[in-house]
Amino acid sequence: MSGHQTYQPQNAFMKWMERRLPIGGLIYSSFVVYPTPRNLNYWWTFGGILSFMLAAQIVTGIVLAMHYTPHVDHAFNSVEHIMRDVNYGWLIRYLHANGASMFFLAVYIHMFRGMYYGSYKEPREVLWILGVILYLLMMATGFMGYVLPWGQMSFWAATVITNLFSAIPVVGEAIVSWLWGGYAVGNPTLNRFYSLHYLLPFVIAGVVVLHVWALHVVGQNNPTGIDPKSDKDTVAFTPYATIKDAFGLSCFLLLFAWFVFYMPNYLGHADNYIPANPAVTPTHIVPEWYYLPFYAILRAIPDKLGGVIALGASIVILAFLPWLDTSRVRSANYRPLYRQFFWIFVAVCIGLGWLGAKPAEGGYVIAARILTIYYFAHFIIILPLLGWIEKTKPLPNSISESILAPGKAGG
Amino acid sequence: MTATSAEPTRRDFLYIATGTVGAIGAAATLVPLVSQMNPDAGTIAAGAPIEVDLGPIQEGQVVKVFWRGKPIFINHRTKKEIEEAKGVNVASLPDPQPDSARVKQGKDQWQVLIGICTHLGCIPIAHSGSYNGYFCPCHGSVYDTSGRIRSGPAPTNLPLPPYEFLSDTKIRIG
Repeated sequence: MSGHQTYQPQNAFMKWMERRLPIGGLIYSSFVVYPTPRNLNYWWTFGGILSFMLAAQIVTGIVLAMHYTPHVDHAFNSVEHIMRDVNYGWLIRYLHANGASMFFLAVYIHMFRGMYYGSYKEPREVLWILGVILYLLMMATGFMGYVLPWGQMSFWAATVITNLFSAIPVVGEAIVSWLWGGYAVGNPTLNRFYSLHYLLPFVIAGVVVLHVWALHVVGQNNPTGIDPKSDKDTVAFTPYATIKDAFGLSCFLLLFAWFVFYMPNYLGHADNYIPANPAVTPTHIVPEWYYLPFYAILRAIPDKLGGVIALGASIVILAFLPWLDTSRVRSANYRPLYRQFFWIFVAVCIGLGWLGAKPAEGGYVIAARILTIYYFAHFIIILPLLGWIEKTKPLPNSISESILAPGKAGG
Repeated sequence: MTATSAEPTRRDFLYIATGTVGAIGAAATLVPLVSQMNPDAGTIAAGAPIEVDLGPIQEGQVVKVFWRGKPIFINHRTKKEIEEAKGVNVASLPDPQPDSARVKQGKDQWQVLIGICTHLGCIPIAHSGSYNGYFCPCHGSVYDTSGRIRSGPAPTNLPLPPYEFLSDTKIRIG
């Protein structure tokens, strides 16, 4: 955008630095004068919240790694050692464990926001796909982290999830043995999960850089879904977006703190305070809440390979969203039909999550099958058709008009 | 295009030779990096055969032993369980297998199987489920007294470990 002044280093050191490594200029242009649409609402603060949660998970995780022992004979006790003996160990572990849940809560809101406002549409396809990759990396990281305390749920989560690969014809068993480093989940498995759980957050950080880079190339979407046309449509990132992100983050952290201090085990499972026992499977095993919708899809299919394919497809299909949604209008504010289907889809996802926590029997399985069919139908039937049949509302001429005009459309 | 530019030059040769050596080197380096993840020598050595004394196992009792980190169920079946296992129309099963193929000849009472659900690897509970065989609590697979899959998401029967009778009351698994 024109009109924003370029970076002029004030002190001698920054002038010296700028001629050698223009990092001050990069930060200034990306996070100070960077033009953001002036109508961004609080749903747009979750990118910043997610960045904070990634940093928080890395900091607490590095501290936990200083006290944790990745060995089947010591892992469980070393976690209890962190909880009881290490100074503030209980706080740091509860921050890390609940931080994972908060991270997923934020990413789900972030993803649904992108779906509601059509943030994946041209020219933001690569930005969206990088987001899907980040989500997959988060799932892998969260799963491996859950294995590390080596409780009953850890062990059986590791067993069930690695066995998903045994559904692959011919080479499945060899792949599973390769993942385990043995004939069953054991010490080699715990060791490699620990190594990868430490590595993946930094891979995530790397992809986040690409995600933000792609964002800054195409610019942020906004609640109207139309591109900024003039300086009147945007405000500078600092102070406007900075303070809004900071306020949103503070509110989010209050929720986080509430979980950490008042119900730190609410999102966990009591069974994980029983040391891993390869001879006994807990009678009711479920994954962490953030995987439940996918778990429900897995169990809804009465065939092993089919279930695994459906589970994988339910995530991979997100990457194709930019092409499955055929409507040219981005924001659901101007798409009366899509807006309703969006909320039905949200309800279906929550419903699948609820069913994922229920035993796989009777009516629960039937309901999970219906919702699984709807989940896929949303992507491969409803979205492509809506683009053809939906009569969208007229778009405003500009972002500023949508805010300042008295009879604003959409709302 | 002139004749000279179409002819391979020394630079073309260097590109192809360097690329080839680089690709072979990268592929060769991948071998140890991938192979190190497979079961190591110690794990394989610890997977040697084990001997189990069947003497103390009462009729109707299921004993769990571990071989290669896997629970092995040794089921001293009752007459009723054997009859139930035999009296099934094999063709109607999801994974058709007669009971005689799942025990050693003349040792109908001894059923030895790997107690790992073929769905996603949970440990089934013995003497439960609607066929009074094995029931997997994770995703509801039901196996009969022969360890054959009867209902639920598991694709195949409970697998049998390699084992042999050393005497009437002793087996070697592995």
